[in-house]
Amino acid sequence: MAKMRLTQAINAAYFEEMERNERIVLFGEDVEVSMFGDTRGLHAKFGSNRIRNTPISESAMTGMAVGAAMAGTPAICHLMFSNFALTGFDGIANQAAKLRLMTGGQARLPVTFVAAIGAGTSTGAQHSDTPYPMFMNLGGINIAVPATPADAKGLMKSALRGFNPTIFLLPRVRGATSGEVSEDPDFLVPYGKASVMQEGSDITIVAIGSCVHHAIRAAKALAEDGISVELIDPRTLVPLDTDTIVASVRKTGRLVVVDEARDRCSAASHIAAVVGDEAFSSLKASIKRVTSPNIPMPYAPALERALLPDPDKIVAAARLTLAS
Amino acid sequence: MSQPNTRHNSTPGSERLTAMLERMLLIRRTEEQLGADSRAGELPGNVHLCAGQEAIAVGVCNHLSDSDYVGSTHRGHGHFLAKGGSVRSLIAEVHAKSTGACGGLGGSMHVTDLSKGMIGANGIVGGGIGLAAGAALSAQVAGEGQVAVAFFGDGASSQGILPEVFNIAVLWKLPLILVCEYNGYSEFSASSTVNAGEIADRARAFGIPTDVIDGNDVEAVWTSAAIAIERARKGEGPSFIEAKTYRLRGHLEAEDGFLQAPYRSEEEIDQWRARDPIPQLVKRLTEMSAMSDADFEILEAKVAAEVKDALQFANDSEPPEMERVLSSVFVDQLP
Repeated sequence: MAKMRLTQAINAAYFEEMERNERIVLFGEDVEVSMFGDTRGLHAKFGSNRIRNTPISESAMTGMAVGAAMAGTPAICHLMFSNFALTGFDGIANQAAKLRLMTGGQARLPVTFVAAIGAGTSTGAQHSDTPYPMFMNLGGINIAVPATPADAKGLMKSALRGFNPTIFLLPRVRGATSGEVSEDPDFLVPYGKASVMQEGSDITIVAIGSCVHHAIRAAKALAEDGISVELIDPRTLVPLDTDTIVASVRKTGRLVVVDEARDRCSAASHIAAVVGDEAFSSLKASIKRVTSPNIPMPYAPALERALLPDPDKIVAAARLTLAS
Repeated sequence: MSQPNTRHNSTPGSERLTAMLERMLLIRRTEEQLGADSRAGELPGNVHLCAGQEAIAVGVCNHLSDSDYVGSTHRGHGHFLAKGGSVRSLIAEVHAKSTGACGGLGGSMHVTDLSKGMIGANGIVGGGIGLAAGAALSAQVAGEGQVAVAFFGDGASSQGILPEVFNIAVLWKLPLILVCEYNGYSEFSASSTVNAGEIADRARAFGIPTDVIDGNDVEAVWTSAAIAIERARKGEGPSFIEAKTYRLRGHLEAEDGFLQAPYRSEEEIDQWRARDPIPQLVKRLTEMSAMSDADFEILEAKVAAEVKDALQFANDSEPPEMERVLSSVFVDQLP
């Protein structure tokens, strides 16, 4: 085990898998300089053939990543901020997510799109989105949203060893989050298997990405009042481990879902709908969602903070649920 | 700086031209069958036919092997057959049968045969450009001399991805041949109303060797493609070919059913009918004393039998099962 930051864990995953599979290529804007640090050192190690700075051309980048994957070259397409995925959305939404089905299962698409998500550093509305809800609706692309360095490494390594298109979303404000990470070269985290971060009996809290850290703090605060929280991090939104979530709610009877995405058609609202369908008779209270309001993110720090999920909002939602 | 293609001295020769004629005829007769099936209401979706444009697909793909890549368009039947896809799998696919190229899950706009390097027709105008450029990147990294061809129309030339790919292909010296099938129409709009300037000039602006040719002359296509493909195989980077042609059929076969007025004049269509690449090639072969009327009849009969067999194959085939859908979304993972 080694202690490292989340971005360092992703960096380690790139190094290990690119050494293991010499066909893998990585490209994106400024990947040599590496704004977030996750691609640092790769160019020196693997050279210009496999690590390529691209022009600011997201349409070409996403389309080319899919074409390279179809032709047998696993591609990591680094999109920097997830809002830029929308500039290159055709390659993701119409090509990557659709081509295996449209080719009758001929195409294997080992393509991984990497981008940072989330607000919290006053980058304005065009650099602050959490757009996985729209990715969840595409039909044929996996989505990883790691909250810990270990999960980041294991999920990235799994994506790079697999043959399915993946959107790997890095919670930006959590890039410096530190944690113990396995150095086993075959340490993998499976897709579609939630992490039960803490077992409990009074209430289930499902939290995604950076919200996991808010939920950990909320759970501590609730524990001081004798409330036992079961905390679940889905880790991947496609595939989504609904079995673990539903089983937990059947046990606790109460659910709060925490998701930085805007509330409308969020991951939280989807999870709430599934639990409403599958665990209705176990519910002792209505399901609460702690999400962002249905507006673009403002720049001013105080307003941004006021709009985002935080531990206090999770505690308040939990108390509402527990009161009924 | 942009350099014009120097004219290639080699010519395809009568034997190769005859083989290309057979492939062009196969595309034409296959599409005539699919057009008839469409108008008879026997197809579930729409078909976009490439009648009149066959010389481009065939003249370019004649240089390619199965390990080379072709990215295509919504008008992709010709590219599919030119790249070696089978008529049976094409007709069965368009008829939504499990024996089709994509198991009946893709349809006319998505015919793909990866075993032949045909990475797919594509329903997004310009979508195939990025995929072909990615295949060229893959070829470059593999370092085995493969090339990739992106076929697209003048309509797709208005998509932002084209200049993006021009730029990257030059910077990275990708083994990519960009072939614009300039048929004068962007769906239902005349190219002159939606495209400013000359499309070839856009490629020249990036320093890409560019050739503007008669796309209805398969010899001209073959010769231009020979130069471009050789350049790509030698690691000298991308080329652009603008092949002037004409779509003898509509944007899609069903259009007469919903358009209120024609958007092309009969006179214009007749002018281009007189330049149909297939009779032109027959005439050329006749002049070369390489084909007699009897030879052509034999060729027609052979192609007709192949199309008839493929149609029978499609008719005898079963539609796809839902299980095929569920197993075709992800690898080793259910949706």
